[in-house]
Amino acid sequence: MENYEQFLEKVEDALTLADKKKDLNIFLSLEEEKIRSSAKKIADEMKTGNAGILAGKTVAIKDAIITKGTITTSGSQILKDFVPPYDATVVERLISNGALLFGKTNMDEFAMGSSNENSSFGPVKNPVNPEYVPGGSSGGSASAVAAGIVDMALGSDTGGSIRLPAAFCGVVGMKPTYGRVSRYGLIAFASSLDQIGPIAGNVSDAALLLKAIAGHDESDSTSSTAEVPDYPNLLESDVKGLKIGLPKEYYGEGCDKEILDRVNDLIESLRSKGAELIEVSLPHTEYSIATYYIIATAEASSNLERYDGMRYGFRGEGSELSEVYSSSRSKGFGEEVKRRIMLGTYVLSAGYYDAYYKKAQQARRLIRDDFLTAFKEVDLILAPTSPTTAFKFGDKMDDPLAMYLVDVYTTSLNLAGLPGISVPVGNSSEGLPIGVQLIGKPFEETELLQAAARVEELVSS
Amino acid sequence: MGMPGVLPVLNEQTVEYGVKAGIAMNCKIASYSRFARKNYFYPDSPKGYQISQFEEPLCENGYITIGSDSGSKKIGITRIHLEEDAGKSMHEPNRPESKVDLNRAGVPLLEIVSEPDLRSPEESYEYLVKLKQILRYLDISDCNMEEGSLRCDANISIRELGEEKFGTKTELKNMNSFRGVEKALHAEIKRQKETLESGGKIVQATNLWDENSGEIRQMRAKEGSDDYRYFPEPDIVPFTVDEAYVKIIKENLPELPEKRNARFVSEYELKNEHALVLTASRGVAEYFEELATLTGDPKNSANWVMGNINRVLNEKEKPIGEFAIPPVRLAELIKSVSDGGISISAAKSVFDEMLTDESSVESIIEKLGLKQVSDSSEIDKIVQGVIDSNPEEAERYKSGEGKLKGWFVGQIMKASHGKANPQIANESLDRLLNIDS
Repeated sequence: MENYEQFLEKVEDALTLADKKKDLNIFLSLEEEKIRSSAKKIADEMKTGNAGILAGKTVAIKDAIITKGTITTSGSQILKDFVPPYDATVVERLISNGALLFGKTNMDEFAMGSSNENSSFGPVKNPVNPEYVPGGSSGGSASAVAAGIVDMALGSDTGGSIRLPAAFCGVVGMKPTYGRVSRYGLIAFASSLDQIGPIAGNVSDAALLLKAIAGHDESDSTSSTAEVPDYPNLLESDVKGLKIGLPKEYYGEGCDKEILDRVNDLIESLRSKGAELIEVSLPHTEYSIATYYIIATAEASSNLERYDGMRYGFRGEGSELSEVYSSSRSKGFGEEVKRRIMLGTYVLSAGYYDAYYKKAQQARRLIRDDFLTAFKEVDLILAPTSPTTAFKFGDKMDDPLAMYLVDVYTTSLNLAGLPGISVPVGNSSEGLPIGVQLIGKPFEETELLQAAARVEELVSS
Repeated sequence: MGMPGVLPVLNEQTVEYGVKAGIAMNCKIASYSRFARKNYFYPDSPKGYQISQFEEPLCENGYITIGSDSGSKKIGITRIHLEEDAGKSMHEPNRPESKVDLNRAGVPLLEIVSEPDLRSPEESYEYLVKLKQILRYLDISDCNMEEGSLRCDANISIRELGEEKFGTKTELKNMNSFRGVEKALHAEIKRQKETLESGGKIVQATNLWDENSGEIRQMRAKEGSDDYRYFPEPDIVPFTVDEAYVKIIKENLPELPEKRNARFVSEYELKNEHALVLTASRGVAEYFEELATLTGDPKNSANWVMGNINRVLNEKEKPIGEFAIPPVRLAELIKSVSDGGISISAAKSVFDEMLTDESSVESIIEKLGLKQVSDSSEIDKIVQGVIDSNPEEAERYKSGEGKLKGWFVGQIMKASHGKANPQIANESLDRLLNIDS
């Protein structure tokens, strides 16, 4: 059977599987006819040999990423009928590389959440065990891959939103260096932290997807002009002599013992293969959650001002301007989003700016400096992705602070702008996936993907 | 529109304009500059914030000079910064809804903030004229208030004579001409004066000027300052303006009005008041210089520009850029006069024809039949005719009434339809009447 015929069959199977797993609530929109006709077009290109590097691959898109003509909600009621008139740069790049766009995935509202319970369309259930959360905010994307519906998916990561659900669902998820991938068409949560990245069943597919979407975009002035390496063809490397840093602050209290055990097993395997494991210190780690929640909420409070019911999206009732604003936003936004808008508005207010926002920017620099200092000694850093495995629905919903702490190992990277990748390292005794996080130097995604590929091999052997 | 996911990008041209304006207004140009978000909810602000500059503006601490011979004064420029325009709100009277036009939202603009140095509505008017002249010289904006390419918000306060502290200020908006600004300021001064004299207090407020009624309406009172929750714009990376860049712009800056005025006086030996007219706009000044170079006769060129050309521009309300006759053609015409090809009065007719006829000067002269007659026998015939039909005046002139000469020349020009060479006609008149000249 020819490749393209297999591909068309795969698409039909995927549609069937998606339907079968409807209860997982992975997709916010899945336009079957559009998918079929796009698949035929791609199959034709495959026949004539004109296909791009992603031809034959199915890719789900987080609903925070704008897709022309397809409803894009960012998980919010306030955008529940919003049909964008343009494509995000990453979507254009997927299409031009021959990818089949396969549905928009569920997520925490405006990417604010660690469990997917903040989606205003109901949470995604973890495909590994539907009683558990899939992690957030890119829970739908990670689940679409984990459930075997798609080959890969795009997520976005502001404080761990790709890596955490990847770890909870047992797939590979990468947050590239800030600026590596264009944010044009990503519905903003926190502009200086947001980054789009790949989620896939294996490191090689993640590398392929990253190559397709990375690179400068003149519509995003924060996107880097650095050249994009041929990641999928550069995955060979040797563990021997690799210097891996183990930040002592990430291995202390608060982390599940089972997770530490698994990570330590991996560390031993790496050592036995000739890697050099070096303890490093990231002394300002303890400030990362506080710093993150000041900067992220400040930016979010401003980024979300445009949802006012005037030009698009949900419009509330009211007889005068301020009433319409107030009812549109009160009814259109969910609890967590409103909480963060209030926090962010507060930290930017006159009289509080210096005490919060400015301090947080200073702390952010210190956190980044910690990493850069550590990277003078080591090639990359290894740590758990999360202090816990996936938890049950409702477990942390009443305690925002406990929920925020789930991101304790991931937010620092966003603050420092560094790339990080979560790779599965087996399951807990309850059968829940555990992820390990590799952290790289700015724009050294190649080295990071190589190390991730080695970890993948060690875990599967 | 403030579409979700859309990002702003810095317009490089705007930075160049900002630096140009900053240099021309003697400002310090910041080497490191960045944008900030000014957050506020209003329908004209589709993103809910305006991208502006706050702590790190592009230019600071400059001045421009107003006034001329009678005394000049420096008006301080606090800062010049870049920001995006908001949309335009339209409130129609007697309609419950308002409209907003977002076409200009996101378009870059320069905001120029002046120090509280202006002491009267007249000075303010002069300041605006000067500002416009500079900005037009630099090709930054055509500064048309009616079209909104220059807008002006004026802050004003009054105080008692001798008092050092400024009074409470109010802000005036919605003026759509420089004269409108002047009028609005007068009206606001009157209002503030009356308020204070009747024992009232000035409330800090933003007020709207109504051009039609000449009245001031209060838009909103300000209690302290609004909290715009400024913070650095994360979507646009900070930018640097290095010295080399500033140097290049400085070197390529056009000659500014004051300097050019002084040069015209010394280089072309023009009167200062004439040089002022010729340097009022960069286009006129450049036209004049080109013409003067082509004709080698600056005074005559100046007269043409200040006379005929300005007359046509004023009549048609057009800028010099849209003037139909290029300097090279006008120089040809001027040359025809100095060569004796046509008379000055004939040249005016040719000039008017040239506004619509692009054929050569020579063929227009031909077409209008205005070629000057310099053949003395032909002129003698015309002159004799004039003498014959005015015997009385001829006698009086002969007997010494010299002032009649001009009258005779006029009659001769009339009889020759302006074609007679005036000098030859003069000689002919005196010779035929046997007067020694």
